[in-house]
Amino acid sequence: MRIGVVQFPGSCDERDAVAACQTADGAEAVLLWHRDADINGIDAIVVPGGFSFGDYLRVGAIARFSPVMAAVIAFANNGGPVVGICNGFQVLCEAGLLPGALLANERRRFVCRQTDVAVSSTATPFTGGLAEGNVLSIPSKHQTGRFYAPEVQLEQLEADGQVVFRYANDSNPNGSLNDIAGVCNVARNVVGLMPHPEHAVDVRTGSDDALALFASLAGGVSAGV
Amino acid sequence: MKARVLIRPKAGILDPQGVAVEQALPALGFEGVTDVRVGRMVELEVHDESQLEDMCRQLLANPLIEDFEIVGADADGAAS
Repeated sequence: MRIGVVQFPGSCDERDAVAACQTADGAEAVLLWHRDADINGIDAIVVPGGFSFGDYLRVGAIARFSPVMAAVIAFANNGGPVVGICNGFQVLCEAGLLPGALLANERRRFVCRQTDVAVSSTATPFTGGLAEGNVLSIPSKHQTGRFYAPEVQLEQLEADGQVVFRYANDSNPNGSLNDIAGVCNVARNVVGLMPHPEHAVDVRTGSDDALALFASLAGGVSAGV
Repeated sequence: MKARVLIRPKAGILDPQGVAVEQALPALGFEGVTDVRVGRMVELEVHDESQLEDMCRQLLANPLIEDFEIVGADADGAAS
């Protein structure tokens, strides 16, 4: 299993993402430079966190048009597993691969703390190895993480089980609607979340609860899909 | 032509920047200010103004969360 981790100018979590992917048995992770539209031989893609293109104009808005994103969009539309973390989630929303948008945190502050994140759906490549209701301790660090979708779309997401992660135990750090921390697309192969699982793979830095997510991704485990 | 695009958070969406400004004004003695919304303005020189709307939809604004308004601007930069 070869996992590609996209790197834009301004990405800052790509090396942690590579290391996190490689905690999984049999997984090899490589960086994909944003100008390189060739993703041959890649089995899964992670779009990591950071501040791509300085967050200019609107978070994720510029990165979405990088050459590599055309390849990522084609890969996703072909059923390939794609995970977007934090800024990567914002980029995937801007690219139209995921529903909704991320707005400035309700309280206008940059949050940086461990958050309790409950798994709401196991029918994705990233959560296939977990159980619904599992609560993971994963850090959140962002200023623009308030998930928003218009009411009708939100109801549809809930009805279709497209909410993959939810902040639990009153840990919603940003005012996201319905405590949503992560969602997937209709086909369920594209997942985005604001918390940073790549920073939760070693107890020495707070938690290793996210190891199972990367094991799922690398194992191609996808219960229910 | 020179054009300006005004981009605002859609009605009904919480705008924390607007709330912060609204709360700051009374502290300076400006009373009676409500419904403050903070957006942004993009000024650009375009050869083909018919492309402006597409530019807004595809990049300058996110139509899911923002409304945009295209306004012309004359040579000295004042909005017309």
